[in-house]
Amino acid sequence: MKSLSLMERFQSNRHALGYAFMVPAILLLAGLLAYPLGLGTWLGFTDAKIGRSGEWIGIENFKYLITDSVFLLSVFNTLFYTVVASIAKFVLGLWLAMLLNKNLPFKSFFRAVVLLPWIVPTALSAIAFWWIYDSQFSVVSWMLTRMGLIDRYIDFLGDPWLARMSVIIANVWRGIPFVAISLLAGLQTISPSYYEAASIDGATPWQQFRFITMPLLTPIIAVVMTFSVLFTFTDFQLIYVLTRGGPLNATQLMATLAFQRAIPGGSLGEGAAIATMMVPLLLAAIMFSYFGLQRRAWQQGADK
Amino acid sequence: MKNFSRREFIGTSAAVASSAAVSGFSPLANAQTPTLSYKPEAGAKLRVLRWKRFVQGDEEQFMVNIDKFSKTYGIEVRVDNEGWEDVRPKAAVSANVGSGPDMIMGWFDDPFQYPTKLLDMTELANYLGQKYGGWYDVSKQYGMLKDKWISVPWAIIANAMVYRKSHVQAAGFEKVPRDTAGFLKLCQALAAKGTPAGFALGKAVGDGNNWVHWLLWSHGGRLVNEKGQVVVNSPETIAALEYARELYKTFVPGTLSWQDPNNNKAFLDGQVSLTANGISVYYAAKMSQDPKMQEMALDIDHEHFPIGPVGKPMELMQITQMMCFAYTKYPNATRELARFLMEADQYNPWLEKSIGYGAQTLKAYEANPIWHGDPKAKVYGEGPAMMTNHGYSGPLGAASAACLADYIVLDMIAEASSGNRTPKEAAERAAERAKRYYKA
Repeated sequence: MKSLSLMERFQSNRHALGYAFMVPAILLLAGLLAYPLGLGTWLGFTDAKIGRSGEWIGIENFKYLITDSVFLLSVFNTLFYTVVASIAKFVLGLWLAMLLNKNLPFKSFFRAVVLLPWIVPTALSAIAFWWIYDSQFSVVSWMLTRMGLIDRYIDFLGDPWLARMSVIIANVWRGIPFVAISLLAGLQTISPSYYEAASIDGATPWQQFRFITMPLLTPIIAVVMTFSVLFTFTDFQLIYVLTRGGPLNATQLMATLAFQRAIPGGSLGEGAAIATMMVPLLLAAIMFSYFGLQRRAWQQGADK
Repeated sequence: MKNFSRREFIGTSAAVASSAAVSGFSPLANAQTPTLSYKPEAGAKLRVLRWKRFVQGDEEQFMVNIDKFSKTYGIEVRVDNEGWEDVRPKAAVSANVGSGPDMIMGWFDDPFQYPTKLLDMTELANYLGQKYGGWYDVSKQYGMLKDKWISVPWAIIANAMVYRKSHVQAAGFEKVPRDTAGFLKLCQALAAKGTPAGFALGKAVGDGNNWVHWLLWSHGGRLVNEKGQVVVNSPETIAALEYARELYKTFVPGTLSWQDPNNNKAFLDGQVSLTANGISVYYAAKMSQDPKMQEMALDIDHEHFPIGPVGKPMELMQITQMMCFAYTKYPNATRELARFLMEADQYNPWLEKSIGYGAQTLKAYEANPIWHGDPKAKVYGEGPAMMTNHGYSGPLGAASAACLADYIVLDMIAEASSGNRTPKEAAERAAERAKRYYKA
């Protein structure tokens, strides 16, 4: 047998070729993801300021942050915001997906329209919400006053708890399409024969939902909610435009606080530390959705 | 430290004499007119980064001045504009990285974040101060690090009380009182008449910070002392916070969510009759085609911030300065550009076209026609003399910048006003937050 040159051996070796094809992707990931992530994490261990580079100070930033009342408030705000908004988006998104799954007239039109809040750039929809929530010029307050239901304009963004709910509502409005369309795709993979068999056996719609739809949808939900939680947790644009973190830091999320401390405040190290503190919480959320909701044998009728 | 300056005699004094003839006034027609000019390097090309204009006239006249400079010296100058909040981190990055625009127009205490990266402007600043009646105290505070000038203060965005004359008179006052006690009574009367006041307590970088610092300082409170020790938790501060609480009761609802544009909108809609702002509210009304707005413009007037128990004006406004970077390949050309822009021939028309939005940093420019035309603009021209720097009374630097960006004083006033915290708790919290940045 003719002996192959190194190049020919390389080209016919499946493993080597596989690795070679992966190299561009690895470089991209390393350069655009791993390096910035690593740099950001490292910055959190320094006292870098925006005007000068920093020195290693170990966990000093983190030690301070755990005692900083504004930071702790931002952690609470972030968790509250993420949990409430994600649950709302999931429930409403699933409901919308099930409605869209039915045979409606103008199905395609509705499905396209549903996507609009997601497509509109966040900064623009945030500005629109800013006007809707304005304490002097809100169209909602104006309407309710005209209808005689209230006599003073609602202070949407001035009262701390009201501001939190207003911001959550804006986020839910913007995030439902993503959940709805993704779950709709999942719903369509469920074979109608299951539903037919169940209705022949006398199952109620709720039982069909509980024993057919939910188990089969769970893996899709895992993926969709992972992303949804991720986006909500790291939300910046909406908060920045609506309140900049006010009033009295009631809507200050970890992302907006990291920005405020790092860029206008000049403390790059501290901002990076805040951003780094987001990672453990995010990991926990992802672990839960990913491993807890993955396809398991019991969803297909087996015992374990 | 590079310093290639040379003095040339003729051109500058001739230009000054002719500009005096043309503009019709000259504060310095004496034989001892100082002269200074830098010979730009051969083949120089300059890049300038400035904040995006707030008024059209500013940008137009600025570019006219730049063109004049280009033609006079044969130097190509490229001017980039960025939003004012974006310019600041970009300047910091340029300083850090060691390359970028030769001159950047910064804000507040930006030069103090990276003083070693900036050219020494002492010679130019002394010359300008001598020639144009001296710098205001606040210009020196923002321009000098110890006894060296690290930047050239360019302009001050003046702020003042904006009010509706008819509403103030209906409340029983001839005009806005000059003392804080009277001012509180005015706000209470305005609220009683249904024409309330409103001041920003949300994260309003300009309007919010301006009035809360005045409130704190006019009562004798301050964040730090001269040595940079945090002294905000003091009886004077508590007095200021209690005053704030009474004042807040008279405000229109919703001020806790107000960012910078909100008070403009509310005032022009007639929902508030008294607020603190730049001249933009008055001009929006005056230039409007709407007859209702023009009527309101006639009813608008301005007044300085009242004087508190400390007995002297303690106001805060925004200052912007020319920062010339040491990494520039053309230090002489850069310095010459700075000098050129600050000379009367260029500065006066620029100030005038900025229709009072910008105020001067040099005392001689008080004579500029913009302050002697419409009498309502006059108050803004007097603003720089009343102004103190935001790090009062400690040194400017990374700590003062961090405290301003973190809204420590504004949060304190907002917490105490809204009743979210008692004055004592609010002051304690502010002290705790500030100590983090000002650690000795």
